[in-house]
Amino acid sequence: MRFSTLLKKPAEWMRTPGPENDIVMTSRVRLARNLVGFPFPGWAKKDDRARVMEKVRPALEELAEMKDSFSEEMTQLTAIEKQVLVERHLISREHAAKGPGCATVMNRKQTVSVMINEEDHLRMQAIRPGLQLLAAYRSLDQIDTELEDDLPYAFDRQYGYLTACPTNLGTGMRASAMLHLPGLVLSEQINQTIQGANKIGLAVRGLYGEGTEALANLFQISNQNTLGMREEDIIAHLDRVIGQLIANEKNARMKILEDRPTMMQDQIGRAFAVLKYAHIISSKEALNHLSMIRLGCDLGFIPEEERECITVLLTEIQPAHLQISAKCKLSPEERDILRADIIRKSLIGLTPPDFGSILTDRDNDDE
Amino acid sequence: MNCDICHTEKATIFFSQMAEGKLQKVNLCKACADDKGVTDPTGFALADMLEGMGKQTAVEAGPARNELVCGSCGFTQTDFKKTGRFGCAGCYHVFDEGLDGLLEAMHKHTRHVGKVPQRFPEANDRVAASAPVSPGETNPRARLSELRQALSKSVEDEDYEEAARLRDAISRLETILGES
Repeated sequence: MRFSTLLKKPAEWMRTPGPENDIVMTSRVRLARNLVGFPFPGWAKKDDRARVMEKVRPALEELAEMKDSFSEEMTQLTAIEKQVLVERHLISREHAAKGPGCATVMNRKQTVSVMINEEDHLRMQAIRPGLQLLAAYRSLDQIDTELEDDLPYAFDRQYGYLTACPTNLGTGMRASAMLHLPGLVLSEQINQTIQGANKIGLAVRGLYGEGTEALANLFQISNQNTLGMREEDIIAHLDRVIGQLIANEKNARMKILEDRPTMMQDQIGRAFAVLKYAHIISSKEALNHLSMIRLGCDLGFIPEEERECITVLLTEIQPAHLQISAKCKLSPEERDILRADIIRKSLIGLTPPDFGSILTDRDNDDE
Repeated sequence: MNCDICHTEKATIFFSQMAEGKLQKVNLCKACADDKGVTDPTGFALADMLEGMGKQTAVEAGPARNELVCGSCGFTQTDFKKTGRFGCAGCYHVFDEGLDGLLEAMHKHTRHVGKVPQRFPEANDRVAASAPVSPGETNPRARLSELRQALSKSVEDEDYEEAARLRDAISRLETILGES
């Protein structure tokens, strides 16, 4: 598959809804694996990296899952193409900076992607819409088991799968869910939620992983510990905590609707107005308003059909995606103009939020 | 008292360390402490481990400059200190002194219990051990995750007597399986 084909299609997870999709955007699982007899990529010489790639890449391409895959060496991709893959969460920011001996292979649906010679020889990832961590793990586990026949993995009886960084040792598994938590942000409970998750061994990060800002009220929650727990137990633990977070988020939304309905209407109405009529808009401003429109869908103020469009926009308005659609490099000012154009066009059919029915119903309930 | 690094902010984090028999104290503000990684628990554990490894090498290798080197990839202890990563799979055995302490701090465990590759020599034993013993008998690990699910349900239902009973059953089973 060519890069242009990859680009034309939004990833499958954006178009198909999943369980708990109003709050959980995606579930991702990644496994880190290394081959016996080669230094880890960060310490390997160029030749060693190239030899690892020559072993791993064909093994991946032969998998049934990878039929007609996108498979490319990092040196063959332009800076903007690499950035597009980062914006789609298909490769990491670190991998985008890699040179010779590093490659990326992914399936047609963009649900499975593998980075070759990132921090480990293999970093495989499965992504699913909504809350489906176990399903994502199972699909990746099957691929991992198939690869095992061709690739001798570095494994130790005590330490499990051996990884470049000891923080990934054992299962080599990081499971994470992307949660949309505007209710907890608006009610200022988010910091305490993050601290609570940290206390029980989970990490909470922004949209693009470690050290990134929480844009669009999106937060990634993932396991920190990889050693000494079975994969299924790590996921079960994460699922329980996410279940609790979903309940907290729903409560926070209901509480705001009850206590400060006008503030909620203002936030959603303002987001609608800006996105519909702005001609210059920064990425940050756009993402935060899109988050409010999405919240409006969840609460029934905005038609449910708009949800997919909003999800696609979250990715499409990011810098590299804009430059690909413009077919040239754009200055930040030009990007802000194009971003506003794309949003206005996408939301052309969006009708003003209808707060009436729901708020009146609620009033009636109270009487 | 002001921060020892920036000298402008008020110090809120007081860090003491014994080094060569002397107590050293550093007073830092939150920003400088974060910057130096003092508040990062994994960074902390790393420092502890490196200190442990350093002593070990001094005894083994004599001259201080003669440090432990991985025979298969040439990675040194200093490299690990710099990057926090190992050079190759073999490094885990070369630098295993103090490793358990580091892993304990990072993961709360030191032993892998998850997936084992089929071709790994002991894989078949492992699979046999975790499979049901006889058709009627439940696999202890499956039982454990059942119990954990039941526990979270009973907590949700606020049935705390049942929760306490399940918690004890889980901890007994974890001890048997060597997981706790």
